[in-house]
Amino acid sequence: MAAQNIKIALIGNPNTGKTSVFNHLTGLNQQVGNYPGITVERKSGACKLPNGTKGTILDLPGTYSLNASSIDENVVIELLLNKTDKDYPDVAVVVTDVENLKRNLLLFTQIKDLEIPTILVINMSDRMERKGISLDIAYLEQQLKTRIALVSSRKGTGIDTLKGLIVNYHSLSTEPCLNASSIDPEYFNGLRNVFPTQQLYKLWLVITQDVNFGQLERNELHNSSFAKSKPELKRLQQKETIKRYQFINDVLKTGQTIDNSKAKDLRAKLDRVLTHKVFGYVIFFGVLMLIFQSIFSWSSVPMDFIDESFASLASYTEAHMAPGKLTDLISQGIIPGIGGVVIFIPQIAFLFLFISVLEESGYMSRVVFLMDKIMKRFGLSGKSVVPLISGTACAIPAIMAARNIENWRERLITILVTPFTTCSARLPVYTILISLIIPEKMIFGLFNQQGLVLMLLYLLGFGGAILSAWILNKILQVKHKSFFVAEMPNYKLPLFKNVVLNVLEKTKAFVYGAGKIILALSILIWFMGSHGPGEKFSQAETIISSQPENKALPEDQLNDKIAAYQLENSYIGIVGKSIEPVIKPLGYDWKIGIAIVGSFAAREVFVGTLATIYNIGSSGEDEATIKQRMNAEVDPITGKKIFNFATGVSLLLFYAFAMQCISTLAITKKETNSWKWPLIQLFGMSGFAYVVSLITYQLLK
Amino acid sequence: MRTTLANLKKGQRAVIVDLNIDAIPLKLLEMGCLPGNVVELLQIAPLGDPIYIDVNDSHVAIRLETAAEIDVEIITVL
Repeated sequence: MAAQNIKIALIGNPNTGKTSVFNHLTGLNQQVGNYPGITVERKSGACKLPNGTKGTILDLPGTYSLNASSIDENVVIELLLNKTDKDYPDVAVVVTDVENLKRNLLLFTQIKDLEIPTILVINMSDRMERKGISLDIAYLEQQLKTRIALVSSRKGTGIDTLKGLIVNYHSLSTEPCLNASSIDPEYFNGLRNVFPTQQLYKLWLVITQDVNFGQLERNELHNSSFAKSKPELKRLQQKETIKRYQFINDVLKTGQTIDNSKAKDLRAKLDRVLTHKVFGYVIFFGVLMLIFQSIFSWSSVPMDFIDESFASLASYTEAHMAPGKLTDLISQGIIPGIGGVVIFIPQIAFLFLFISVLEESGYMSRVVFLMDKIMKRFGLSGKSVVPLISGTACAIPAIMAARNIENWRERLITILVTPFTTCSARLPVYTILISLIIPEKMIFGLFNQQGLVLMLLYLLGFGGAILSAWILNKILQVKHKSFFVAEMPNYKLPLFKNVVLNVLEKTKAFVYGAGKIILALSILIWFMGSHGPGEKFSQAETIISSQPENKALPEDQLNDKIAAYQLENSYIGIVGKSIEPVIKPLGYDWKIGIAIVGSFAAREVFVGTLATIYNIGSSGEDEATIKQRMNAEVDPITGKKIFNFATGVSLLLFYAFAMQCISTLAITKKETNSWKWPLIQLFGMSGFAYVVSLITYQLLK
Repeated sequence: MRTTLANLKKGQRAVIVDLNIDAIPLKLLEMGCLPGNVVELLQIAPLGDPIYIDVNDSHVAIRLETAAEIDVEIITVL
């Protein structure tokens, strides 16, 4: 069997260190993708086993049982019920935490019922001594009808034992450890008679779950006399759970001894401080401040570097390739487009570094506990805190993080309001507008006035999210039961490797989720800006250079002027001009209109587009130059400054509230499985932004 | 003394007697919140809700409205 490739499925409850075990088995040899059609991550990796055998390991999403309550958990069941699936495992490895063995074994007994060869991993074995836990492995193996690997993913021990067991998976028993059908013998005997070839537990799962499994068979099951009402089924599920726990408790009574005097000291002490009615909140806001402070100071260096690198790459390409359409496409469309994606990676990576440390350590669950009541008032859940904080990096991974909110209504509201939080793409726009309209002054000799306004905009983002959640909570007619179950895991020192891999995953979600769309739209906008109908566009050079007042201009100023004239008559210029009547009441002219249209690719395109429009193309996107030029821009009719205080504030508010991110709409569509909600986001948020900006401008002007 | 889980005081232990299965998420049952098991109230959130319990060695936070659907018999009177 030396050339064989063993398919291994890694299964386990959340917080059991399943991912650490996966990382140990595969090293960095992993691929992260998505399951077709849904955004659940599909992680697989290759593993070298003894005797030259190879293994492919699939890390399935964490689940508490085979009764799915989320799309993540559905993936597990759909795979394990479908023998024809290409990923169907030869052997299942169930990972458990030695401190939560009782609860973790529930899933194990269910997997055993599916008659797949199963290995039990008891993880975190390094904590046994400190917690006073001892195990009778031989007894447990006999009772659970399996082989056990005692593993410490923290210390890296036991992995070789596990690999040895995987290679010999043929010798594993496939017998269930208990007879779950005894909860209702009559019902199950009936099932057995009608479907003699099917596995009983499998049938039971198909009946109780909403899984995509053999549509035909499903209908058959519904048409048969075995249909039971939902409450009846749930009662049976409860019976089944009780039955399993009885078995597990009996086994552990002999197989496990716990010296209780050694347990629960640190957890209780930390809980007392971290969920304290005063210190709890003080610590949480302190942590938040620390995170934002460090993100800004740490990420500016790599961001400047990326900015410069892509700018010089673009000019290098332009200088070294033969002039023509293809060169323009690469140097003006593709390279800046990729740059526009890459520039955000530092901020996003740093934020997710902090979030994943907080989650790994167990602290985030305490924040969920602290915040739930406040959030509930606005139709959100304590678990909405993570998406809302993540939203300050990028709404895409943030919306995906809402997945573990079990109440559909609270999850939906979280998804809908998360894009209000100030994501990194709004920052370049805020920075330049603030520096234009807010004087750089110190208040009380302490706070920088510009910094204060920026902070205010962040608060405004959160405020917008909370306020709209409150409104949605009032008007949404979604039936719901207020289910909220948050596990409070043990405090742990975060594992470096897990944190790094998690940051990589989240950053990838942004790069692939938003990246493709930003890049495609950047190219589209480049095209619309560099092509136009009619003579005005194609003959721009002749028209401008023949005008008498331009005769004396030096060459680069003349070129800038031609570029600006071309842009005005390009497709995008036409779009900008045609929306001018709509945006005029907000204080914007057609040039700003172009920048707003461009922002639908990604908000930060605003700055670059204005740079081109204000014909400073030849001096690059230097911020000081753009600022000067924006400051000098006047209305041709009234002669007043375009970027006055009123327009500036109006624009800031527009960017704070408007839904200008197609990638976010796409992810909302995926997560809610309907076009209705992204459309509500688009029109709700942009409409709100329009009204707020309109009122602000009309009052301030 | 018989009451519901929502009325427990911090530090009190009780045995689950009965629960309204329709109002309780299956996930909570699977964590071991089942008749016969011992439950201890570890913390109450600063604003009074949710509560943080240890049941069957599972540490979970649930809302009061869910806790009110779980009947318990108090074993440690504080």
